[in-house]
Amino acid sequence: MELTAKERMAIERHGMAEQPPDLRNRNFEEVPYGYTPEEAVAEAQRCLNCKKRQCISGCPVEVPIPEFIALVAEEKFAEAARLIKTKNVLPAICGRVCPQETQCEEVCVRGKKDVTKAVAIGNLERFVADYERENNLMEVPELPDKNGFKIAVIGSGPSGLTVAGDLIQLGYEATIYEAFHLGGGVLVYGIPEFRLPKKIVEKEIGALEDLGVKIYYNSVIGRLYKVDDLFNIMGFNAVYIGVGAGLPIFLNVPGMNLNGVFSANEYLTRSNLMKSYLFPKYRTPMVIGKKVAVLGGGNVAMDSARTALRLGAEKVTIVYRRAREQMPARAAEVHHAEEEKIEFRLLSSPVEIYGNEQGWATGMKCQRYELGEPDESGRQRPVPIENSFFEFDCDQVIVAIGGQANPLITATTPDMKVNKWGYIEVDDWGRTNKEFVYAGGDIVTGAATVISAMGAGRRAAKAIHEDLMKETDETLRPPDEEVE
Amino acid sequence: MYELIEKAEIFNVHKMVIKAPEIANSIKPGQFVIIMGNEYSERIPITVSDWNTDTGAITLYVLELGISTLELARMKAGDSLYAVTGPLGIPSEIKNYGTVALGGGCYGIGGIYPIAKACKEAGNKVISIIEARYSSMFYHEKELHAVSDQVLYATSDGSKGKKGKVEDVIGEMLEEGVKIDHAFFMGCTQMLERCSEATRPYAIPTKVALNSIMLDGTGMCGACRVSIGGETKFACVDGPEFDGHKVDWKELNRRKSAYTEHEAVVYQSYSHGCLAEKKLRQEL
Ligand SMILES: Cc1cc2nc3c(=O)[nH]c(=O)nc-3n(C[C@H](O)[C@H](O)[C@H](O)COP(=O)(O)OP(=O)(O)OC[C@H]3O[C@@H](n4cnc5c(N)ncnc54)[C@H](O)[C@@H]3O)c2cc1C
Ligand SMILES: Cc1cc2nc3c(=O)[nH]c(=O)nc-3n(C[C@H](O)[C@H](O)[C@H](O)COP(=O)(O)OP(=O)(O)OC[C@H]3O[C@@H](n4cnc5c(N)ncnc54)[C@H](O)[C@@H]3O)c2cc1C
Ligand code: SF4
Ligand code: SF4
Ligand code: FES
Repeated sequence: MELTAKERMAIERHGMAEQPPDLRNRNFEEVPYGYTPEEAVAEAQRCLNCKKRQCISGCPVEVPIPEFIALVAEEKFAEAARLIKTKNVLPAICGRVCPQETQCEEVCVRGKKDVTKAVAIGNLERFVADYERENNLMEVPELPDKNGFKIAVIGSGPSGLTVAGDLIQLGYEATIYEAFHLGGGVLVYGIPEFRLPKKIVEKEIGALEDLGVKIYYNSVIGRLYKVDDLFNIMGFNAVYIGVGAGLPIFLNVPGMNLNGVFSANEYLTRSNLMKSYLFPKYRTPMVIGKKVAVLGGGNVAMDSARTALRLGAEKVTIVYRRAREQMPARAAEVHHAEEEKIEFRLLSSPVEIYGNEQGWATGMKCQRYELGEPDESGRQRPVPIENSFFEFDCDQVIVAIGGQANPLITATTPDMKVNKWGYIEVDDWGRTNKEFVYAGGDIVTGAATVISAMGAGRRAAKAIHEDLMKETDETLRPPDEEVE
Repeated sequence: MYELIEKAEIFNVHKMVIKAPEIANSIKPGQFVIIMGNEYSERIPITVSDWNTDTGAITLYVLELGISTLELARMKAGDSLYAVTGPLGIPSEIKNYGTVALGGGCYGIGGIYPIAKACKEAGNKVISIIEARYSSMFYHEKELHAVSDQVLYATSDGSKGKKGKVEDVIGEMLEEGVKIDHAFFMGCTQMLERCSEATRPYAIPTKVALNSIMLDGTGMCGACRVSIGGETKFACVDGPEFDGHKVDWKELNRRKSAYTEHEAVVYQSYSHGCLAEKKLRQEL
């Protein structure tokens, strides 16, 4: 039964049922429960299947949105998941973590006036991917014959996984080197369980391994092998660098090295990757803060704050230099944080962290800010208000104000070009200045998004394929032809 | 999985020889690995004392202190470690300094060996000074003798060598006018600090291998940060060796004690015996 546009317009957006805030703030289980099939179909019926397909222009990897949603409306859930996967190999993850309100849903015609009324593209993407996975409908694609080329991928974050997945399906041998003992990059050590269950990441990595992708864990490139060694000693034909940004920034204020002051990377790695929320079963310890202050306004800050709460903090305060509208975090996460009664101290920034005799943090002094002229990014610049200080008690401070380029690889590959901030310079397709060395994801762009890291991986995989195939054509060309 | 091919106990120090051919091929003196005994373990940094590129084995000396080192100590030859990551850290700077004094205490007795060896090969006169509580606590001595021009001992009870510590031996040498061009120390933080103080008046270039608390070992988390001459450095990627005369020892000791309470909790739960431990795992 075909619905008319008017009937479609009349359907209200379906929210996802969630764990109530006063329950979830003490456990690490996922917050939204997901759609039921009925809800998914009903939500899918809201899509107008527009001729102009605006929504696709908002997706960095151009997921065929109206087409997959049409399949959902017909209850062809697994088919919908497979269609998405032609453009986005990790839909269960992107459906959960993409900032849809500034991407696909922002430009959806149904969200023109109010983005919260757009078709819930992310929710639907999550639903079909979960459906396919939970019902064991994931298909192993057929692989072409091996073409004899070996590709090394450094880092198993979303960009590295994408490169390996794409190339193995083109007949390459793909080998990932990962520094940690588990794969997934930020998906496992950064984003918490309550936002992205780790079993989903495990499953995706397992699927890649089933395809034949080799993953060597505990392998820090730059130390174990240099990039050149991967060619000369290990015999790889191309190398992709997807090592993420991952060098924490601390503020230049007194007290940053006190006990109880963490980088968000350390805090989240302890909790997520090392599972210290299950201490002492898992041996990595974590000091539980009573009053926790988190510095920053992005996803990393929200995740740290909400983790602190779940670990047992009595009070968690986010201190952010700019205004609420300027917070770069996903809207859903800010909303969730507010529901969980995390306090926001906006337009404020610390000038000192106080400590006690034993060297533990005890409080902080902040300065108030106001919004001034817009900066290059178009956002109004926060300017400090003179003599407007305030203080509050806290026994833990988590610094989530961004990262820098980790120099481990670039410092040991001196002939590879980096920009003045240390990020690797590449062309539009991920080619570095070094022949057959490619890079993408956060180590090129600085901290960005999962989907953009995957998009960069996809483009680099294309470039690797093109460059290596060109190479074979040349070597296969008969010598006399070359003379002519 | 990384097989434990040899395991021996020398008092409270455990020799662990582990199959890790890629690491054996690429490691240099002064570097370390981060290891996990099993999937529940902490990631703990351990210096690599020796390696053999033919057998693909690396040798570690693990001092039993808390739960993580205890669990490693309980492992037997034939068992496998869950994770061994390395080499990590910047290798020691090896050149012909002239006379090099190397001081080692606890795990540093094994830890200074590769540096002594490389210094010897680079043409230095190598004086190795090692300390322990009693003479029976020394280990890896034969190897150390083979690469040192002189091996000097210090024991708390005077049962071997000088009664005292490394800094007493080196202090006496310096007083007597022995020329030392470069000093290097590895061991517990207190020892590193005292030894650095001993060489400071003589302005001897002094490197110490710091052992701040680490997590990833790749510069990603900042857990290992230390203040060197007022500047924040990450021991895992900028070190572990730093100028001993510039280290903020007070801050380092403070940061190292951050988890004392947790260490006690988990250690006790373990020492109550394996049954209690099993129960704990089931409950959680
Ligand atoms: C807490 C947090 C929350 C976030 N939330 C969101 C969100 O909700 N939505 C969103 O879209 N984005 C989010 N992001 C950003 C997003 O996760 C990143 O942009 C994305 O993961 C980058 O992918 P990547 O593949 O470039 O690198 P990463 O995911 O950083 O992976 C890099 C991998 O390389 C490994 N590695 C590093 N150095 C070496 C080496 N020398 N040798 C071998 N391996 C190495 C690392 O261990 C890691 O596994 C978040 C980030 C964080 C930290
Ligand atoms: C670069 C480096 C090289 C090292 N080399 C050796 C070695 O060759 N042999 C050896 O026996 N020990 C070595 N250590 C020290 C060793 O890592 C710690 O003794 C070990 O982590 C203690 O763990 P535990 O659980 O048994 O003890 P705990 O009871 O947890 O702690 C005892 C002490 O170890 C420190 N410590 C705890 N966790 C860590 C951690 N994750 N990283 C670093 N220190 C920690 C604590 O500050 C405390 O002072 C080295 C440390 C570093 C940083
Ligand atoms: S990948 Fe992200 S941006 Fe693209 S359609 Fe899916 S949720 Fe939207
Ligand atoms: S813009 Fe919105 S309504 Fe139109 S096709 Fe895309 S998702 Fe459907
Ligand atoms: S251990 Fe994480 S930065 Fe050094």
